[in-house]
Amino acid sequence: MKVGIVGVGYSGFDSMTPGLSTRELMFEAASRSYEDAGVDPRKEVQSFICCTEDFWEGISITDEYMPDQLGAVLKPLCTISSDGIIGLATAYMHIMSGIADVAVVESHSKISDVLNPDEISSFALDPIYDHHVNADPRFVAGLEMTRYLKDTGTKREYCAQVAVKNKKNGLLNPRGVHGASLDKDAVLNSKVASSPLTELESSKAIDGSIVFVLASAQKAKKLGNNTIWINGIGWSSDTPWIEDRDMARAAYAEQSAARAYKMAGVRNPATYFDLAEVDDTYSYKELQSLEALKLAAKGKAGKMVESGTFDRDGRLPVNASGGSLGVGHLLEATGLHRMLEAVLQLRGQAGRLQIPKVKKAVVQSWRGIPTATGAVAVLGN
Amino acid sequence: MKMSQKITSYPGHEITPEDVKGGKYLDVVYKFEPKYSWAAGVAISRFLAELKEGRIIARKCMNCKRILVPPRMYCEQCFRPTDEWVHIKDTGTINTYSISHVGTDARRLKTPILVAVVDLDGATPGMGILHNLGEVEPSKIKVDMKVKAVWKSPSERQGSITDIRYFKPIGAE
Repeated sequence: MKVGIVGVGYSGFDSMTPGLSTRELMFEAASRSYEDAGVDPRKEVQSFICCTEDFWEGISITDEYMPDQLGAVLKPLCTISSDGIIGLATAYMHIMSGIADVAVVESHSKISDVLNPDEISSFALDPIYDHHVNADPRFVAGLEMTRYLKDTGTKREYCAQVAVKNKKNGLLNPRGVHGASLDKDAVLNSKVASSPLTELESSKAIDGSIVFVLASAQKAKKLGNNTIWINGIGWSSDTPWIEDRDMARAAYAEQSAARAYKMAGVRNPATYFDLAEVDDTYSYKELQSLEALKLAAKGKAGKMVESGTFDRDGRLPVNASGGSLGVGHLLEATGLHRMLEAVLQLRGQAGRLQIPKVKKAVVQSWRGIPTATGAVAVLGN
Repeated sequence: MKMSQKITSYPGHEITPEDVKGGKYLDVVYKFEPKYSWAAGVAISRFLAELKEGRIIARKCMNCKRILVPPRMYCEQCFRPTDEWVHIKDTGTINTYSISHVGTDARRLKTPILVAVVDLDGATPGMGILHNLGEVEPSKIKVDMKVKAVWKSPSERQGSITDIRYFKPIGAE
């Protein structure tokens, strides 16, 4: 038994979407996704899952506002406060268990509705133990980056090269809001957010909604030939104590990858994939993630980025879409954004972004500061 | 006998409000202040603009023929875009009501709040607006009672749901 992605749709991908409400933005994405899949949500979908978080919405118990615009009224629906790939894993389980033949996963960012997003990230810090640090929450990224550079011996400038690469790739992407042609000096000399991390090494949040339709193999066959298969999926959460977890490593990504690879039968990840879309919320995160995913040996990711291994025409294109640095960050929808880019590549529908002969892809996402939660999916066409 | 009455001696010692105020114990106070400016969207923006003009507007789905209020750009039953703007009346029928005697701070209210769902005339039956009732004795409120919107004056209206002050009974009450 297998589970396939049979539909994708999106809306937004802009710094602001003042003309549409969150719900209208979702309706647009859902309509496109159902059209893409060829399914009627009122008749053919047995499970709907939304990945969203009340404080980003500004409405408590926000799950209750999700059904209408997804076609989910009086249907099974649940909301998961986590990254979209974790929503996909839940949909996967619903299908594998036989509860659903077709399941829908939606996630969105309406960051332009939030006037002080840092307040929300800061409020995620432990109220008694960690709240005394009265700084932009990216200080957590600065702490991780410092330790990562120290433990791996990675050169500082290699992190800047990640931003250069992804922002350049983002220029090709019609969804790219933060594409730019820059050199390393510009990145290194941009304002320091929290040392050593600079502003141009920090992704910026944008608005958007993304909807995925998943189906059982049997149903997918009936729906057409465009199916992209989820061959492996894993997710993991590390301890919340910033002071107790290994700040140099993305252990949650290592664990997620190990599970997804085992499920998909991936033995040599470094040579297995044709494409990777991985966490690049901050520049160093891409390097840390590539090592966690075993796409680069410990401490070698930086050098490989520098030498072009992960460029669009390199041996393994990484964030050929531009990732979060080149496109923009979509809060809990970030995982679905990375999945969307990989699915379009695997279908051969990536337009100007298309990498030739993409058959196997790995996608990895992180929930952002201050979490140590992430997920990995292995995809094939 | 309540369970707590059986206990005569509590382990540990009591912390009084004075102790906390006096800084004797750790007391973490954090005022979480998220700020939002929600985009109302196409449907609700138009709805609010019409309220400012003293009118109520709905959307019609040509598939199921329902006239939806509050208006939305999609029909949640048919899952398709809605098709037309339709002005509906500011009169309606009380679908259900409740008289609230407790405020948001849990205090008993001297003047109870009269809450009702009003099915609006011109919308599909069962669709309407959540609002307050006024100019009526609480004991006289009945389900199925006919009511009419009492509007603020044009200069007071801001394009808000409170541009309607409340609904009051019409006819032979």
